[in-house]
Amino acid sequence: MEDKQYIEYVHANAQKSAHVMTLVWAFLVGGVICCIGQGFGDIFALVLPDWEKSKIAALVSMTMIFLGAFLTGVGVYDKLGAKAGGGSIVPITGFANSVASPAMEFNKEGIVLGMMAKMFVVAGPIIVAGTVSSVVSGLIYWIVGLFN
Amino acid sequence: MDIFLGYVKAFAIGGLVCMIAQILINKTKMTSARILVLFLLVGVFLELVGVFKYIENFAGAGITIPITGFGSTIVKGAKEGAKIGLFEALTYGFRNMAAGLTAAIFFGFIFALIFKSHSKKV
Repeated sequence: MEDKQYIEYVHANAQKSAHVMTLVWAFLVGGVICCIGQGFGDIFALVLPDWEKSKIAALVSMTMIFLGAFLTGVGVYDKLGAKAGGGSIVPITGFANSVASPAMEFNKEGIVLGMMAKMFVVAGPIIVAGTVSSVVSGLIYWIVGLFN
Repeated sequence: MDIFLGYVKAFAIGGLVCMIAQILINKTKMTSARILVLFLLVGVFLELVGVFKYIENFAGAGITIPITGFGSTIVKGAKEGAKIGLFEALTYGFRNMAAGLTAAIFFGFIFALIFKSHSKKV
């Protein structure tokens, strides 16, 4: 094999294995975060037996969001994110990170126009998508309900 | 043993969801905002067509902790509201977003006040 070909071969393989490693990290970190959520769900269900299931689920979300925002604050979450990629973005902790991270970043531009406004750089689209789908799905269920 | 199996399932499905996101990131260079919106809408869709609860029964937190779970709660709220009336149908979905949004905004605000940015200075 000629030198140039060999370098290309090595390069292609290195890229491939880098790609595979990001998938492995995303899988592991995402899985662990979900297990932590599952753990909080089990603990809350045990401690608060008279709470309904949906309320427990909301409390779990809030706990995970608290942790995501806190770990962002102390600088751990973004370091984790550099390695885990999708594994740290997709869980609800990633949503918390997407709020807390720009909020911290733009704090230096002032509280109102910096932090409070830029907080929604990433979270804004999610809130809009969520709100629009809530109205659309509500409308669908209401219309379907008319015929039942 | 059942509990242990539940964690294995949550790990596997949760990991799988995140891995799909990572494949999208690698292949399409999607930003995290787009990924989050996409997976939220996937959750909304799965709940609308009635598939979500089957995945949830199997995977537990593996599908509810990813942002897909947020999408599903929104639709659940809308469904509940629609049983009462049009006003509730249009507003109860957002009501179900309240817990997550409140926590994210409140804690984001508090921790942004407390901690300084760790990202590189520009």
